[in-house]
Amino acid sequence: MSKILIRGARVLGGEPQDVLIDGEFIEAVGTGLSAEGAEVVEADGKILLPGLVDLHTHLREPGREDSETVLTGTRAAASGGYTSVFAMANTFPVADTAGVVEQVYRLGKEHGYCDVQPIGAVTVGLEGKKLAELGAMHESAAGVTVFSDDGKCVDDAVIMRRALEYVKAFGGVVAQHAQEPRLTEGAQMNEGVVSAELGLSGWPAVAEESIIARDVLLAEHVGSRVHICHLSTAGSVEIVRWAKSRGIDVTAEVTPHHLLLTDEMVRSYNPVYKVNPPLRTERDVLALREALADGTIDIVATDHAPHPHEDKDCEWAAAAMGMVGLETALSVVQRTMVDTGLLTWADVADRMSFAPARIGSAAGHGRPVSAGEPANLTLVDSAYRGEVDPAGFASRSRNTPYEGRELPGRVTHTFLRGRATLVDGKLA
Amino acid sequence: MKRHLISAADLTRDDAVLILDTAEEMARVADRPIKKLPTLRGRTICNLFFEDSTRTRISFEAAEKRLSADVINFAAKGSSVSKGESLKDTAQTLEAMGVDAVVIRHSASGAPYRLATSGWIDAPVINAGDGTHQHPTQALLDAFTMRRRLIGPDAGLGQDLAGRRITLVGDVLHSRVARSNVDLLHTLGAEVTLVAPPTLVPVGVENWPCEVSYDLDAVLPKSDAVMMLRVQRERMNAAFFPTEREYSRRYGLDGERMARMPGHALVMHPGPMVRGMEITAEVADSDRCTVVEQVANGVSIRMAVLYLLLGGNEPALTHPRTEEK
Ligand SMILES: [Zn+2]
Repeated sequence: MSKILIRGARVLGGEPQDVLIDGEFIEAVGTGLSAEGAEVVEADGKILLPGLVDLHTHLREPGREDSETVLTGTRAAASGGYTSVFAMANTFPVADTAGVVEQVYRLGKEHGYCDVQPIGAVTVGLEGKKLAELGAMHESAAGVTVFSDDGKCVDDAVIMRRALEYVKAFGGVVAQHAQEPRLTEGAQMNEGVVSAELGLSGWPAVAEESIIARDVLLAEHVGSRVHICHLSTAGSVEIVRWAKSRGIDVTAEVTPHHLLLTDEMVRSYNPVYKVNPPLRTERDVLALREALADGTIDIVATDHAPHPHEDKDCEWAAAAMGMVGLETALSVVQRTMVDTGLLTWADVADRMSFAPARIGSAAGHGRPVSAGEPANLTLVDSAYRGEVDPAGFASRSRNTPYEGRELPGRVTHTFLRGRATLVDGKLA
Repeated sequence: MKRHLISAADLTRDDAVLILDTAEEMARVADRPIKKLPTLRGRTICNLFFEDSTRTRISFEAAEKRLSADVINFAAKGSSVSKGESLKDTAQTLEAMGVDAVVIRHSASGAPYRLATSGWIDAPVINAGDGTHQHPTQALLDAFTMRRRLIGPDAGLGQDLAGRRITLVGDVLHSRVARSNVDLLHTLGAEVTLVAPPTLVPVGVENWPCEVSYDLDAVLPKSDAVMMLRVQRERMNAAFFPTEREYSRRYGLDGERMARMPGHALVMHPGPMVRGMEITAEVADSDRCTVVEQVANGVSIRMAVLYLLLGGNEPALTHPRTEEK
């Protein structure tokens, strides 16, 4: 059966409507649509969003298939309401050639849970020395448009300048992981009151802010577009706000965990809270929420970073940095942004689908929910309340900071080009 | 008292005074011909040292043996941080062997806390120094030394350090001794001042219950005790200060500076001392300097801590007179 009728869904949070899917496309949106010949999904006041797009996912394949694979990662994405994810380049081997990006791209297509758009490394081996073959990756079957050395900062100002200039030739963007390396040598957590007490090496806000300041100035100087990954400080927000007011072509993302958690959690020394950039203070969290609401920060990106249990079940200093995020992102955004009145559901569609698709040039994603558009859709039960149980995760890894925490909202259905990848909360 | 001793901040004033008082009793054992009590006979204590520290290990071992405990020394030099799981593995091995307490030294801040709270092991955990976080028994022995010197062994019983002015000088940023001392001395009612170049003071120190000064000479005349912290020579290469000479000129303790301290004031050092840079030989060898006493007091304090964490329910401590019956 190729027709699906989603009945009574609040499209982008508006009044209930019916959405009729025929094949890969939306055929009609309206009230009282005929269910004839269609499988019916009773949406009953649930929120219908365009399929979510994550500009920042670590799928780990190739190289760390013990943490995650393209299959398990895209299943996690579908569970979280995503129809498109951008896979970071810090794999083994690094995604710095056409061969590697094509392999990842193809695996995504084969598995069919979610489109996988590989991100190419900016420099060979993420070493920050020599530009990778950015053009070849763009021209490959994967059609790479986003380049990032994420996990590492492109800290050499000349290399950063050249990368920003070079990708203009094909409309690419450089996504910067802003972390001044010398200021963060051995850094373990946000530098401040808590680090002073815990005796963990500090990760100063200025290490992030100084790179962002430099990069927006570089982007301005060469007339390029730059994207800043995972902003985590109030100061970073100020710099991006200033850059935008000056007309600099900069976009920025924030992760769900930086919208909710603070460095106070580190008092537990539980490495589940160890993440890069580190959890910051309450003041930073509030500034990030406000910036996401007023558009200074363009998008929410998960920085989904799966790690096997043994890489977290140890002392803090030895633990890997990162947390999984695909399956809880929308709930955290509902809790921090929607339930607080800072964003409407239409805004959520913008921050989690339209804008990331636009920044990453993800064709067919981040489109309006209207007739003729690809049927990439996510249905959310926003009234749901429940505790997070990692045992039910589709991700191969379980390193979530939300275990046992109550979070609102649940994705019940995800449709990728008209095909359900998630039905009633279960993977299809 | 809590079940574990992870941080000096875990101790209430009464806990701390009880430990100091108990240590006074333990100190008397050292004056006896047979320096041994049967208190922990049949109990097994593991000294789990992931980081070298002969001094601290020997001090704990002496304390354990004086209490008749069986001692296992486990040295896992430097392996833990590079290979994450070894702390957990080791803990579970010890658990399987049925140890009654673990004394842990680790280069990673928070490792003892993880050990005590992750469910890897059931036994009480005593922190013998973790990264740049805490070294609570060091703080206790320092407080014990101060109380003995400033009030007296017998007169000090039941007393805290209310109103005493204590100055800590040197590398506060990297010092677990400084963190533990600030916490404990504050709990005991003392007024603490940290003196260091700004590069060696942690960001966030404003929340600590103490004052911070960059000027040693201004603080010395108001100090009842001055504790010199160790400054590693590597800090110079990392640009924490320009030269050793400049450091010792501004923050070193020499005879001239010592003369500006009140007559009763002590000079303390957790050892080992770097003579020349942070303290001159003249000061180190003067009778105001308590370094050797601190070592002896360390054993009494550790006996007291082990006794209180493991000694069970007997209300009377190991009072020598009762013992001798
Ligand atoms: Zn990153």
